[in-house]
Amino acid sequence: MQWINILVQGSLLGGFYALFAIGLSMSFGIMRLVNIAHGDFIVLSAYVGMIAVDATGLNPFLSLIIVMPAMFLLGYALQRGLLNFTLSGGLLPPLLVTFGISVIIQNGLLQGFGAYDHRLKEGAIETASLHLPGGFDVGVFPLLVFAVAVASIGSLQVLFYWTRLGRAFRAVSDDADTAELMGIDNRKLYAVAFGIAMVFTAIAGILFGIRTIFDPAAGPIRLILAFEAVIIGGLGSLWGTLIGGMVLGIAQEIGAALNPNWQILAGHVAFLALLIMRPSGLFPRTRD
Amino acid sequence: MTLLLRTRDLSAFYGDFQALFAINVDIEEGETVAVIGANGAGKTTFLRTIAGALPTAPQAVLFAGQPIGGKTAHDIVRLGIAMVPEGRRLFPSLTVEENLLLGTHSERKGPWSLKRVYELFPRLRELRHLPAPSLSGGQQQMAAIGRALMSNPRLLLCDELSLGLAPVVIRDIYQCLGAITAEGTTAVLVEQDINRALDASARFYCFQEGRLALTAPTKNFDRAALTAAYFGL
Repeated sequence: MQWINILVQGSLLGGFYALFAIGLSMSFGIMRLVNIAHGDFIVLSAYVGMIAVDATGLNPFLSLIIVMPAMFLLGYALQRGLLNFTLSGGLLPPLLVTFGISVIIQNGLLQGFGAYDHRLKEGAIETASLHLPGGFDVGVFPLLVFAVAVASIGSLQVLFYWTRLGRAFRAVSDDADTAELMGIDNRKLYAVAFGIAMVFTAIAGILFGIRTIFDPAAGPIRLILAFEAVIIGGLGSLWGTLIGGMVLGIAQEIGAALNPNWQILAGHVAFLALLIMRPSGLFPRTRD
Repeated sequence: MTLLLRTRDLSAFYGDFQALFAINVDIEEGETVAVIGANGAGKTTFLRTIAGALPTAPQAVLFAGQPIGGKTAHDIVRLGIAMVPEGRRLFPSLTVEENLLLGTHSERKGPWSLKRVYELFPRLRELRHLPAPSLSGGQQQMAAIGRALMSNPRLLLCDELSLGLAPVVIRDIYQCLGAITAEGTTAVLVEQDINRALDASARFYCFQEGRLALTAPTKNFDRAALTAAYFGL
């Protein structure tokens, strides 16, 4: 029974990691952009949410009405004004530029808000739990996060496979030069893609800020978790990313059950083990 | 006859390497023109430069009187120049129909629709839900032509339609091409298969090492002169 509990809790945690990873997966899948600043964008979203909550008195969930469009615009502008110029020279230039953005965000937040911990307070839902038959409890909030992750991936799936925009995303991902010859303005499309990726980053950031404390330096560890979820799942596959997150979450829960100190370590060990056994991940899709 | 495409002193570079030298070409509306030449003569570069995939001087390419040299590829499709790229270059993760629909991203109005493309290539209708890579070479070529037509081009640039295809398939493809040009679409055919290109066109340009070596009507031209221009003898 304890093992079932570990599986359930780990899977729910995995939904959280998958949510971290969606933006990263999208920007890599569509424009081969490895976004080192991704974790910092998650943290930045939490801060934007905090400002919105303070300014308007909305609760953190509702602050998404403000945070999502704000992050979309930021993503669109960054891609249009900066990142597009890094994409013609291979993988390294965007890596360096986003690394720079990461440093700027961390230090900007430190300058603006200090090194203190912050939280977004959502109230009773944070600690509420459901009693399931069999005698174990499931937190309402982790359940909600998992549902949001599934809904997010589902909606992206609809976007990619049922809309004109999604068709263009997939075509550009396959062969950007030919897509341009068919009348697609790649640079504009990339900006929209990064904007959409940032919408999901905003959702991840707000839920992250409700779940745990955050400070300006909290980004890089979220980036690593997101990376691990993407790599375990296989590049380019969003459902794979969800499975990747769940593998990571379950490994962490198993580690924690054996010894509380091993929680984080167990996730990384599982990641390395999978990387050795299946270097291209469980469900790879993206072509090089 | 009105002039549709004119290039004046068109040059193109890959980095420091100059691939085209001062090419002057005039193509009239409704014409089918072949561009022939040996490997590396600059035929594909010529098409790619017109389509906007390679930069050039604005006045070097005039399309319907407008300078379009140096415009981006996606702007040039919108003006009515569509490309059937060498090697088909269908999008592998899209179905056949999605590949065709991608041609509509140029947002040009005109006679071509999914229905009409399927009338031209009935096989594609049966295969429309399959992923593009599962088609045979000839079927992929049909899809690539259909995708270009979906943008309702005034000028169709075809790069090596016959590449890697069986002779009987090549014949079918060129028959369909004849049906397309018969409706008034102007076409430029780049081919290594000289006879095929000359049969399908009224006029040809022969490139040699990045320069224009010869141009003549395809009826009653001097074979010896073509051989000389082709091989640089």
